[in-house]
Amino acid sequence: MSYFTHRTNPDPFLLAAAGVGLAAAGVGLALWQRRRKADKPAFPTDAPHWTKERKSDRALFGKSLLVNRPREELFAAWDVKRFPEFMENVVAVEEAGDGISRWTIKGPAGREITLVNRITETAPGESIFWQSTPDSDIANSGEVRFADAPNGRGTYVSLILAYDPPGGTLGRLGAKLLQREPEVQARRDLHRFKQLMETGEVTSNASPSARASETPTQPHI
Amino acid sequence: MRAVTWQGRHKISVETVPDPEIVNPRDAILRVTSTAICGSDLHLYDGYIPGMRAGDIVGHEFMGEVVETGAGSTLKKGQRVVVPFTISCGQCFFCERQQYSACDNSNPSETRDASELMMGHAMGAAFGYAHLTGGYAGGQAEYVRVPYSDVGPVVIPDDLPDDDVLFLSDILPTGWQAAVNADIEPGDTVAVWGCGPVGLFTIQAALLLGAGRVIAIDHFPTRLALARKYGAEVLDYTEVNVREALDEMTGGIGPDACIDCVGMESHGFTVDNMLDHVKAKLYLGTERPHALRQAILACRKGGQLSIPGVYGGFADKFPLGQLMEKGLTVKSGQTHVQRYTGELLDMIRDGEFDTVSLISHHAPLEDAAEMYRHWHDEQDSYTKIVLKPGLQKGAIEAVQEMEHA
Repeated sequence: MSYFTHRTNPDPFLLAAAGVGLAAAGVGLALWQRRRKADKPAFPTDAPHWTKERKSDRALFGKSLLVNRPREELFAAWDVKRFPEFMENVVAVEEAGDGISRWTIKGPAGREITLVNRITETAPGESIFWQSTPDSDIANSGEVRFADAPNGRGTYVSLILAYDPPGGTLGRLGAKLLQREPEVQARRDLHRFKQLMETGEVTSNASPSARASETPTQPHI
Repeated sequence: MRAVTWQGRHKISVETVPDPEIVNPRDAILRVTSTAICGSDLHLYDGYIPGMRAGDIVGHEFMGEVVETGAGSTLKKGQRVVVPFTISCGQCFFCERQQYSACDNSNPSETRDASELMMGHAMGAAFGYAHLTGGYAGGQAEYVRVPYSDVGPVVIPDDLPDDDVLFLSDILPTGWQAAVNADIEPGDTVAVWGCGPVGLFTIQAALLLGAGRVIAIDHFPTRLALARKYGAEVLDYTEVNVREALDEMTGGIGPDACIDCVGMESHGFTVDNMLDHVKAKLYLGTERPHALRQAILACRKGGQLSIPGVYGGFADKFPLGQLMEKGLTVKSGQTHVQRYTGELLDMIRDGEFDTVSLISHHAPLEDAAEMYRHWHDEQDSYTKIVLKPGLQKGAIEAVQEMEHA
C-alpha cells in the first residue's frame, strides 16, 4: 500500500562497508589514543603501583583496607596459625621451617592446589614479603603491609599479590567466574580479617530462606 | 517456621522454611511478636530494587522476645526488644562516628562485591532487603537471627505495648533523622512531600524540633487527614499547584526546608513523571523522582533539602543547576537507627509522639500476601499494616474507621 510496506532490505554490500568503516574508525581512535599517551611524558605518580594502568606481565593486584585497630595488634594477628579463621579458601597451612609454609587451597572445580611460599623479608610491625619456591603449583609473590592511618583511625592494611595464572588471562577469567580466583579470594579474605579484628567474628549472612539449596548456617551470595 | 518470602515482582508468599540458628557469638534469635510492612517493601514488591533472589525472607521492621543468645550477646532470654533495620557492628570507623547505616562490616564479603560495583563502596547491611545490603533474612517470620545483638536491639520495658514501640525499628527514627537533617531553626517553614508513615513521623519530628509550621503534600485523603491531625497544614497536589501554593504561603520565598519522603516511585500526572514511567516500563531507568524535582524548585534559596526517600540508582532530568544556583544544602542517607533509639524511646514514654494512630490494620502473618496487595493498591485506607505471627489466618482487624478530611 504505501511507503511503510515498501521497505526493501538494506544492500548487504553497504552494510558490510559500514561495518568495515566503523571498525576502521575504532582502530584509528585506539591508535591515536595510544600515540597521544606515548607522546605525553609520564609524570611520576604517587599512586600505589598496583593501581597503575599497565601493571605487570603477571596478574598483579592489591587491596588496602582501613582496620580500626592498632598496627602492632594487627601485625601480631597476621599469623599462619590464624589464617584458616579468615581465609575461606585455605584448607590447611603447614609450617616447614626456615620461613617456608605449604598451603593447601581450594581451586576451581573442586581441585586442591598446593602453594609453597618462603618469607623473604619481615619488618616487624610493618610488612611481610614472600616468594614461592619452585615446588609451588603456582608461582607467586606478595606482600602484606601495615601502616598507621591518620588521626588515630587505626591501620591501613594492604595485601599485594602477583601470580602467574594457570591458563593465562582466559584461565584467570574462568577462575573469577567460579569465584576461585586469587584476587577475588584475597580481597574477600582481607575483608574477613578486618571483620574478625574489629568485631571479633567473621560476618555471616547465614539465615533461612525458601531456597532448598541453602541451609540457615551457611553463608550465601 | 512460617515466613513471608519474596518470589518475584508482585509475588509474595508465606512458606515453611528452616528455623534460624545462632551462627556467630554475638547473635541472638528472636520470636517475632510484631512486624510491619514498610513503604520500602513496596519497592521490592514492584521489583525496582536490584539484587533480590526468589525465596528471600522479607521484613525489616520487627520486634520480639529473645529466645536464644550466643556467647557474646548481652541480651537475656525473655527480654522484649525492638531491632533496628540497619545491621551495624558498632566497632568500625563508621559505627564509631554513629554513621550506623554505613557500617563497614555487616555486609559480608560474599555480597559486598556487587554492592561496591554499583555504589562505589559497599553499603551497610539491612534485614530482609536486597543482597546488595547483605542478603540477611528478614523479620516477617516467626523467628529471626539478629547479628551484633549487643549493639542494635532496644530492650523494651514491659509496660509499653508493641504498637507504641515497634516503629523504633525504622520509620520513627527515619522521620526523626529526616527532620534532623533539615537543620530546622525555630520558626522555620518545613515542607514535607509524602504522608506515608515516614512522612507522618517527619511532620511530628519537625514540629518537636522547633518548626514554626509544617506543610504536607500528598493526595490520599486519609493520609492528609493524619498529617493534619499531627499538626501539619496540608496540600492535595491533585487540587492545587504545589509550587505556587508554597510560594504564596511563604511570602514568595519558598519553604526553608524541603523533605522528600516519597522516594523512587512518585505518583502524579505530570509530564516528567509520565516520561519516567515509560522509561521504567522499558527497563531504561528505575527512578521516578518527580517529588524530589519539585522539592528542589520549591525550596527557598540557601535552604535545606533532606532526602529520607529511597532511591536505587541513576536519575535523569535532575535539576542540578537549580540545586547549585539556589545554594541548597542536601542531606540524605539510610537511617542511623542506633543513634536515635535511646532518646526516641524516652520521648515515646513521655508521650511526645503519636506512634499508634497511623496503624490501620493488624493482620496475621499468614495473610501477608493479601496485605502486600492492599498496601500496594489501597494506600488511602491502608496507612500502616502490622503483621502478627500469633494471629490465626483470616483474623484481620481494621484498627479504626479512618476519618476523612
